[in-house]
Amino acid sequence: MAHVVLVEDEPNIAEAIRFILSRDGCTVTALSDGMGGIEQLRSLGPDLVILDLMLPGISGLELLAAIRADRGLRGVPVMMLTAKGQGRDREAALQAGVNHFMTKPFSNTEMLAAVRGLVARRGAG
Amino acid sequence: MPFNLLVLFCLCYVAMLFCVAFLAERRAAEGRVRWLRSPAIYTLSLSIYCTAWTFYGAVGYAARSGLEFVTIYLGPTLVFVGWWWVLRKLVRIGRQQRVTSIADLISSRFGKSNILGVVVTLIAVIAATPYIALQLQSVTLSFAVFASGTPEGWALPNRDATAIWVAGGLALFTILFGTRNLDAKEQHHGVVLAIAVEAVVKLVALLAVGIFVVWGIAGGAQEVFARIDATQAAGWTLQPDRWIGMIAVSGAAVICLPRMFQVMVVEGGEDRHLALASWAFPAYLLLMSLFIVPIAVIGLERMPAGSNPDMFVLTLPLAEGQGGLALLAFLGGFSSATSMVIVESIALATMVSNHIVMPLWLRLAPKAAMKGDVRRIVLLARRLSIVGVLGLGYAYYRMSGGSAALAAMGLIAFAGMAQVLPVLLGGIFWRGATKAGAVAGLVTGFAVWAFTLLLPFFGPGTLLPQAVFDHGLFGLGWLRPQALFGIAGMDPLVHAIFWSAVLNTAAFCAGSLLTFPGPVERMQGAAFVNVFDADAAGPQGWARGRAEPEALLMMAQRILGEEPALALFEAEARAQGKAGYLPDATPDFVAGLERRLAGSVGAATAHAMISQIVGRATVSVEDLMAVANETAQIMEYSAQLEAQREELSRTAGALREANEKLTQLSVQKDAFLSQISHELRTPMTSIRAFSEVLTEGDLPPELVANYGRIIHDEAIRLTRLLDDLLDLSVLENGSVQLNLSLVNLQQLLDRALAAASHTRPERSFTVIRDLPAENLFLRTDGDRLVQVFINLVSNARKYCDAASPALTISVRQRAGRVHVDFTDNGTGIAKQHQAIIFEKFARLSDQHRAGGAGLGLAICREVMANLGGQVSYLPGRGGASFRVTLPLRIGRQAA
Repeated sequence: MAHVVLVEDEPNIAEAIRFILSRDGCTVTALSDGMGGIEQLRSLGPDLVILDLMLPGISGLELLAAIRADRGLRGVPVMMLTAKGQGRDREAALQAGVNHFMTKPFSNTEMLAAVRGLVARRGAG
Repeated sequence: MPFNLLVLFCLCYVAMLFCVAFLAERRAAEGRVRWLRSPAIYTLSLSIYCTAWTFYGAVGYAARSGLEFVTIYLGPTLVFVGWWWVLRKLVRIGRQQRVTSIADLISSRFGKSNILGVVVTLIAVIAATPYIALQLQSVTLSFAVFASGTPEGWALPNRDATAIWVAGGLALFTILFGTRNLDAKEQHHGVVLAIAVEAVVKLVALLAVGIFVVWGIAGGAQEVFARIDATQAAGWTLQPDRWIGMIAVSGAAVICLPRMFQVMVVEGGEDRHLALASWAFPAYLLLMSLFIVPIAVIGLERMPAGSNPDMFVLTLPLAEGQGGLALLAFLGGFSSATSMVIVESIALATMVSNHIVMPLWLRLAPKAAMKGDVRRIVLLARRLSIVGVLGLGYAYYRMSGGSAALAAMGLIAFAGMAQVLPVLLGGIFWRGATKAGAVAGLVTGFAVWAFTLLLPFFGPGTLLPQAVFDHGLFGLGWLRPQALFGIAGMDPLVHAIFWSAVLNTAAFCAGSLLTFPGPVERMQGAAFVNVFDADAAGPQGWARGRAEPEALLMMAQRILGEEPALALFEAEARAQGKAGYLPDATPDFVAGLERRLAGSVGAATAHAMISQIVGRATVSVEDLMAVANETAQIMEYSAQLEAQREELSRTAGALREANEKLTQLSVQKDAFLSQISHELRTPMTSIRAFSEVLTEGDLPPELVANYGRIIHDEAIRLTRLLDDLLDLSVLENGSVQLNLSLVNLQQLLDRALAAASHTRPERSFTVIRDLPAENLFLRTDGDRLVQVFINLVSNARKYCDAASPALTISVRQRAGRVHVDFTDNGTGIAKQHQAIIFEKFARLSDQHRAGGAGLGLAICREVMANLGGQVSYLPGRGGASFRVTLPLRIGRQAA
C-alpha cells in the first residue's frame, strides 16, 4: 500500500486528491504547507510526494530541491502541481528533478494513472 | 576799348578754353589721361585759390591796409609746407572712399549721415554766395573800367545789367563745362585743364603788369623799395591779432573751400601730385603776391585820388597808355573770376544735388527713382543748382550794393567755410568724433559766424536791427554781434573768427564725448583715421593682385571641404594644361572661385576672404556690414538647428520613457495574466475534480452534499473573481459612470457594516463608532463608497488577529475633505508589506481565510481615485488602520 504525501494549500483541492487516491488504495497524508520541513517529510516515509508549486512560506520548488538533496528522500518520486500553467515553471521543475508535472485543473483518471505509474516505478526500483 | 569788341574778345577766350576742355575730355575718354593727370597740371589747378579777389582785390587790400594782404597767401603756404601730411591723408581718404565733395566726406565719415551732408552743403552755399558775388563784382568793375561806348553809338550797359549778363554767361559756361556728362567719381579732366590754362594766363598777366610797373613806370626795384619805405612810414602798422586770425582762416579755407576741395581731393589727388604741389603751389602764390605792393604803392602815387585801388592792376596800364597790357590784365582777372565761379558752382551743384535734391526726390517719388533714368534727373538737378548758386551770388551782389571792398567779402566767405575745419580734422584724426558732435560743432560755428560776421556785414538796420547791435539779441547784453559775452573792443573779424572757432570746437568735442558712435560711424571712423593702414587698393577685379594658388586651395578646402576643393583645383589645372592640382591664379579662376565660395559663405565674406589672399586688404564698410549680416544669418540658422536638435533629443527622451513604460506595462501584464490564470484555475481544479467524482455515482449521500457544497462555493468564488476583474477594468479605464447624489455618511457606514457582517469566519466583532461625527452629508457616489467601506470592514473582520477583535471607525472633517479611519486592534500589517497591499493579488496570508481574489484593496484604490479621494494605510496606529479621504462635495471635473 503506497503512502502518498500531499502538500497543497487549497483545502478543497487537497480533499479531492485525497478522496481519489484513497479510493484507489493509497494512504494519503495531506499537509497544507511545507513549513514542517524535510524532517517531517523524512519521518513520514512517503512512496510519492505531490507538491503544489505555489505554497505559502516555502515554495514547491524549494521543497523539491530539499528532497533531492536529502539522502533518505533522494529516490522518492515527486509529482508537481501548478495552476499557473506557464512553460517556465515546468522547465524549472524538470530541472530541479521532478518526476511528473501536472497542470490544474486535471482529470481524475489522468491523475490516478500518473500516481500509479510513479508508485509502480518506485516499487520496481 | 569798345565794349562790343571786348565782349567778342571774352567770348573767343571762353571758346578757346572750351576747346581745350573738350579736347582734354576726348583724350580722357580714349583713356589717355596720363598727361592730364600730371603733377604740374594738378598744381596749376590748385591756383584756383587765386580768384579775382587775389588778382584785383589784393592790390586794393594792400593800398588800404598795407601788408595784411600777405596773410591770404601765408595761410595756404603754411598749410602746404607744414600740413602736407594732413593733405596727404585727406587725398588718400578721398580716393579710397570715392569722395565727391567736402559734404560727402563729412557725411561719409560720420556714418553716411544725410543730416551732416545737408548742413555742410548749406554752410558751403551760404559761405560761397558772397564769394561768387565778389567775382561778379570784379568782372563787372573791370568791364566798366575797360569798356567804352562803341563808335556806332551803342551805350555802355549799366553795371547791374553787366552783372546779370556775366552771371548768366558764367552759368551757361559752367553748365556746358561741368555737366556735359555724369561721372561717378565727379572728375572733370577738361575743366581741370582749362583751369590750368587760366592759371598760367593770370600769373603771366599779373607778372607782366608788375614788371611794367616796377621797371616801366617806377624805374627799377631800388626806386620801388624806396617808395614803399616812404609809404610804410605813413602808417602801415601790423596788427598781430588780425594777422594770426587771417592766417588761420585762410589756411582753413584752402582746405575747406568747396572749389579747393574739388581740385585738391576730388579731381586729382595722388601722393606724387602733393609732393610737387607742396612747394610749387607756395611758389605760385609767392609769384602772384610779388608785385602786389609795388602796384599798390605806384597806383596810389600815380592814380588820381578817389580812384578804386581794387582796379589798379587794370587802370595803371590803361593810364600809361598800354592798351595791350591792360587787355592782358583784364584777361587775367577774367580768368581768375571765371575759373573760380566754374569750379565753385560745379562743387556746390554736386553737393546740392547729391545731398539735398536727390534725397528729396527719392523720398517724394521713390517709384520713379527705381525705374526712371536717374542720370537725366541728376544732370537736371546739377544744372538747376548751378543756376541757383549763381542766382544767389547775383542777389548778394545786388544786396551789398556792389560797392563793398573785394577783400572784405572774401574774408567773410573764408571764415564761414573755416567752420567745417574742426569737424574735418576731428573726423580724420579722432576716432571718438561722433555725428552728434559734428552736427553740434557745425551748427554752433555756423550760427556764430552768421550772427557775428555775415549779418552785421550789411550794416545796422539791414538784416540785423540797430537794437541788436546796441543791446544784443533778445535784449541780452552778452549777445551783441560784435561783442559776444561782453568782450568788446576786438576787431570784428578777429572777434568772429575767435568765437566761432572756440564755440565750434567746444561743441564738437563735447558732443562727441557725450555720445556714442553707431556701428557704421565706428567703422567709417576707423577707415578714415587709419586710412594708411589699409594698403592702396587697385581698381576692381583681381588682375592686380598676386594670389598664391596654395593659399587659395587651403582656404577653399576650409570652406568647400577637402575633396571638392581639390577636385575644383585639379580640373582648373587640367584646363590650363598643367600637371598636379595647383593651377595658376588667373583672374578668371579667382573670380570663379569667389563665386563658388559665395555659394557657401555669402558674397561679402567670399569677397573679403579672397581680398585677404590676393593681397588687397581693403575691405570697405559695405563689405564689413554685409559680412556682419551674413554672420548674423548664419548664427540665426545655427540657433534654429540647435533648437531643432534639442527638440529631437527631447522627443527621443520621451520615446525612451514611453518605451520603458510600455516594457514595464508588458511585464506587469504578463504577471497579471499569470496571476489571473492561477486564480481561475484553482477553483476550477476543485470543481472539475469533484464534479467528476459526483458523476461516477455510488457515493454516500453526506459526501455528495459536502462535495456539492464545495463545487457551489468554488463557483461563487469564480464569479466574484470575474466580477472584481470586470469592475477593476472599468475603474482603471476611467470609464466608470458615477451616480452622484447627496448621501449621509452614517447611513453608508450602516449599510457597509450590515453587508460585511456575514463575512466568515463568523465571530464576535466589536465596532466602535462616533455617530455624531458620522452625521454629515456628502455629495458623492454612495454605492461606490459603500463598496470601499465593505472591503475595509471585511478585511478587518478577516485579518484582525486580536483575541477579541474590535474595529474603530472615526470621522473627521478638514478643509472641505472628510477622513474616515478604520482601525482594528490586531497586529497590523508588517512594514515591508505596507507598500504592496494596494496592488492586485497582493494577498498576504493564506487565501482561504480571506476568501477573496486579492483584488479588494486594488479596487478600493481605484474607486477612491474616481471619487476624487484616496485610501491609504496609516502606519503606527496599533492595529491595521486604513484612511479613506474624499471631498465633501465632489466637483464636476473629478467625475
